[in-house]
Amino acid sequence: MKLSKIFFALVVGLLLAFANTAQAEGGKFDAKATAFHHIADANVYSIGPWSFPLPCILYNKDTGKWSMFSSGKFHLVGHHGDGSDIVDGYVLNGGTVNRITNPTPEMLEGHMPIADHAHDSHDDHGHDHHIFGHEPKTVDGKEKEVSYFLKGGKKFYLEDKTAWDFGVFGGEFTSFYDFSITKNVVSMILVCLFMMFVFFRIAKLYKTNDGKAPTGIQGFFEPMVVFIQDEVAKPFLGKKWKKFLPFLLTIFFFILGLNLFGQIPFFGGSNVSGSLSVTLVLAIASFLVVNLSGNAHYWEHVVWMPGVPAWLKIVILTPVEILGVFIKPVTLMLRLFANITAGHMVMVIFVSLIFIAKEGAGEGVAWMTSAGSVLLTMFMMAIELLVAFIQAFVFTILTAAYLNASTEEAHDHDHGDSHEHAAAH
Amino acid sequence: MSSFAGIGMGLAVIGAGIGIGNIGAKAMEAIARQPEAVGDIRANMILTAALVEGAALIAIVMAFLAG
Repeated sequence: MKLSKIFFALVVGLLLAFANTAQAEGGKFDAKATAFHHIADANVYSIGPWSFPLPCILYNKDTGKWSMFSSGKFHLVGHHGDGSDIVDGYVLNGGTVNRITNPTPEMLEGHMPIADHAHDSHDDHGHDHHIFGHEPKTVDGKEKEVSYFLKGGKKFYLEDKTAWDFGVFGGEFTSFYDFSITKNVVSMILVCLFMMFVFFRIAKLYKTNDGKAPTGIQGFFEPMVVFIQDEVAKPFLGKKWKKFLPFLLTIFFFILGLNLFGQIPFFGGSNVSGSLSVTLVLAIASFLVVNLSGNAHYWEHVVWMPGVPAWLKIVILTPVEILGVFIKPVTLMLRLFANITAGHMVMVIFVSLIFIAKEGAGEGVAWMTSAGSVLLTMFMMAIELLVAFIQAFVFTILTAAYLNASTEEAHDHDHGDSHEHAAAH
Repeated sequence: MSSFAGIGMGLAVIGAGIGIGNIGAKAMEAIARQPEAVGDIRANMILTAALVEGAALIAIVMAFLAG
């Protein structure tokens, strides 16, 4: 049989396998929760139906206690990353670790099952929805959804880890810091190792192929490296291109690697570059390089630009320029985050169409929808490949443009203007 | 999710559509005028489209979180 037919059958078969497992669980299909679950970070690496527990490194500010253990201690059940045990006052809920805010003293010391009766904890379909739930609660005047679980008739409230985004993306400062090796960390380490392997191999190939035509993997990466060098570094950075080329290449290939790794289907769907923390660090790296390489001419143009009346500078231009120094990396961060997250979410939603059809119109319609949905998803994956390359390229080229602005010498443009004036006469 | 968020997202996408449509139209005209510059024009078109789309996607993500 043709390879493309085998591939198509395999994809449909795997999707239907998931459809069957989802069918075995009770409860309505929650599209929004599924979408968020698939783009969020997790303390468990789940590849298809298998889950690999990852190390948890947690700090509880209230008790000042560090907890380090494998998330396998939570005794994973089902494939939604739910744990059936309480460890040290923490619970594994939907793949992420939550802390119990009102624990009993026994819960804080070691291990106990969540369920009251032994047979409840053998549920293969993840958490029992009669025990877990959420309710709205008013905290500091804001309405929030707080999760809880019932044990022995009492409600134990759960809280998420501290998210350092000041509540912008639903995160908050809580009393529990999560430093675990999560799915994103593992993906980044894998991408770094892969990049190191590839580039060391290419360097060795350059030594053996000195003067000859490129072979193998060297031939695959050379056009990309030369593209960054000739289209991004040299035009934008002028004479100093050699100094900044390694940084630009690192940013380009790291972001490209992260984007493409998240696109591999059935491999855990690790949405690394779609997580605000990773893009924030990349933006901070770009911010530091651009501003620490800034010369006096750049700072003069930011704070006290020549040729403009002083009152105008104080009132609006200088504040705007100073804000711009910070807003430019923020836009870098948000652009990459939004593009990659939007792509992942659209793909999850296309596949969810099958399950929504099953909820709404029964199984027969769902089977028919699966064919169209798979085609749509594959089309979206093609676009996402393109977006992966484009977003890495745009991040790199904008960093190069900001570097150009910050390392520009005074005579580069003023000198040119006077020449043009002279030539015009 | 409130419908105001949905309306906000729709408006943001209108802006993106108009912007990228303009970029595409001008790129087509430029290619028609000078077909041998196709490579340069295509690269610049994709870059500018990514920048415009970045702004629209930021608006979409903010609307999603506000709704």
